[in-house]
Amino acid sequence: MGDPVITVTGLRKAYGDFEAVRGLDLEIERGEIFAFLGPNGAGKTTTVEILEGYRERSAGEVEVLGTDPASATRDWRERIGIVLQQCRMPPQLTVRETLQQYAGYFRDRRPVDETIALVGLDHKADARAGKLSGGQQRRLDVAVALIGDPELLFLDEPTTGFDPSARRQAWSVISNLRDLGKTIFLTTHYMEEAQYLADRAAIIARGEVIAEGRPDELGRRTGADTEVRFRLPDGVAATDLPGPFTGIGADGFVALRTGQPVRDLNELTGWAIDRGVELPSLEVARPSLEDIYLELTGGRDPAEDAER
Amino acid sequence: MSAVSLAIHQFRYDQKVFWRNPASVFFTVLLPVIFLFIFAEIFGNDEIEQLGGIKTTTYYVPAIITLGVVSATTQSLAIRLATDRENGILKRSRGTPLPSWVFIAGRIGNAIVISVLGLVVVAGLGRIIYGVEIPWDRAPAVLVTLTVGAAAFCCIGVALTVIIPSQDAAPAITNAALLPLYFLSGIFIPETEIPSGILHFADVFPIRHFFEAFFTAWSPLTQGAGFEWGHLAIVAAWGLAALLIAVRTFRWTPRAS
Repeated sequence: MGDPVITVTGLRKAYGDFEAVRGLDLEIERGEIFAFLGPNGAGKTTTVEILEGYRERSAGEVEVLGTDPASATRDWRERIGIVLQQCRMPPQLTVRETLQQYAGYFRDRRPVDETIALVGLDHKADARAGKLSGGQQRRLDVAVALIGDPELLFLDEPTTGFDPSARRQAWSVISNLRDLGKTIFLTTHYMEEAQYLADRAAIIARGEVIAEGRPDELGRRTGADTEVRFRLPDGVAATDLPGPFTGIGADGFVALRTGQPVRDLNELTGWAIDRGVELPSLEVARPSLEDIYLELTGGRDPAEDAER
Repeated sequence: MSAVSLAIHQFRYDQKVFWRNPASVFFTVLLPVIFLFIFAEIFGNDEIEQLGGIKTTTYYVPAIITLGVVSATTQSLAIRLATDRENGILKRSRGTPLPSWVFIAGRIGNAIVISVLGLVVVAGLGRIIYGVEIPWDRAPAVLVTLTVGAAAFCCIGVALTVIIPSQDAAPAITNAALLPLYFLSGIFIPETEIPSGILHFADVFPIRHFFEAFFTAWSPLTQGAGFEWGHLAIVAAWGLAALLIAVRTFRWTPRAS
C-alpha cells in the first residue's frame, strides 16, 4: 500500500456497558477524500473524536500522521485541521479577524486572504461572523480549519442542515481542497455527498464497518444488483411476461433485481419486439449508495436520522 | 510564537470581542458607574456616624469598585466561557496548537484589565464629582487587594462555569449567585443599615471580605498601610478552592456532545 495517513486496527470504545465502537479497522491514504457514512448512534462521531485526539479509546491501535492521537502534541496539532459538527465563531469578529486570530496559533499558515477566497467568502471578508448565513458560517469554519495549512482535514457533517444550493457550494469548496493535495476525512449522513466527493467510503453501523470501497463499487461488493423496472404494457397480463420477470409491485411497476442484466434485458426486449409492445417507463439502474446504505443499515432512512 | 506573545495575541482578540459586545460593556463597565450615581443621589452626601463620620459617597466608591471587579472577573468570565463552550469554541481551540493555559490566560488578562479600568473610572469620577480622595499613600494596599481579589474572583468565575448548563442560563445563574451577596455584603446598602446576623452570614462568602479589605485600603480614616491580611487570606482561600474545582471539573466540550 502507499502512504497511510490514518491507520486504525481493532478500535473499541465503550461507555459503561454500551460499546459504541466494536472492533473498527480503517486505512486512509495520503491525498484521498474518505467518507465515513452511518446513521446517528452508529459510532461515527466517537470514532472521529478518537482520531482527532478529543476522546480516549478503550482498546485497539490508532495512528494518525504517525502519532497516537491520545498523546497529541502541539507539533501534531500543527498538521491537522478540524471542522466540528457544531461551532459558532464569536459573532463580534469579522471573517478576516477570525482567521488572523487562528493563524496566530500555527507556525506554518496559509495567507489569510487567499484562504478566504478559497472558501468563497471574499465579498464577506470584513463582515462580522454574526452577520453570516448558516452556509457562510460553515465556510468560515472550513477556512479556520485550513488556516494552519494542515495535511489532514477532518470534516464532521459539514453540510447537515444546509439547503441544496448551500450544499452544492460547500461541495465545490471541498472539491477545491482535493486540488491542494489535502487528505480529507469526511463524516456525513448524506449518501449523495459521499458519492459526489469521496474517493473511498466506509459505511458504519452499530460500531462496525459493514462495507468499504469506492462509492460506485460499494454496490458490487455488497452483492447489490442492477434493477430493471417498467410498467406493464396495456393488454398484457403479468403472467405473460418472459422468464424471470414476475409480478407487479405496489407502485404498479414490474421490477427485477438481477446479477445478469444483459441477458435478462435481452430476453425482455426480444419478447417486447415479438409482441409488438412498448415497455412504458423502462429504467435500468445501478443501485445508488443510498439504496445500499438502507439495505445494510436495516432500512432506516439516513435523512430521517439526520433530522433527529 | 512564544507562549507569552501567544497569550498577548489571544488577549488582543478577547479585547475586541469584549468591546464589540454591547451587553458585556454595559454590565461590566457602565452599570457600576450608573450604580455609583444612583446610590449617591438616593443616600445623598450624608455622613455615616458609625464609620467615623465618612461621607456616604466615600463609602460607595470602594463598594462600587468591588462590584466592578467581581463583575469583570467572576461574572463576565463565567458567562463568556460558558457561551464559548456551548458554541464549540473551547473545543475548537483545543484542537489547535494553542496551549489550553494560554487560552485561559488571555481571558484572565482580559478580566484583570477590565477590572483595573473599572477601578480607574470609578475612582476618577468619585474624585471629580463627589470629592472622594484617592488614597495615593495606600496605593500598595490597593494594588495588593485588587490583585488578590481579581485573581480569586477569576478562579471563582472559571469554577462557576461547571454548574452553568447553557448559554441562556449563564446570566441568570451568575446573577442569582452574586446579586443577593452584593446586598448582604454591604455593597448596595451601607453595612451600618444591615443587621449583624446578615453580615455574619455574608462573612461566609468572599465578596464581603474583599469589600472590607478594599474599604480599609480606600477609607481616608485608615491609619497605616491599610492591608487587611485576614480578609485577604479568606478571599485567597476561596480562590484556591475554586481553582481546584476548576482544574478538576472544567469542561471544554458543549453539553450536547
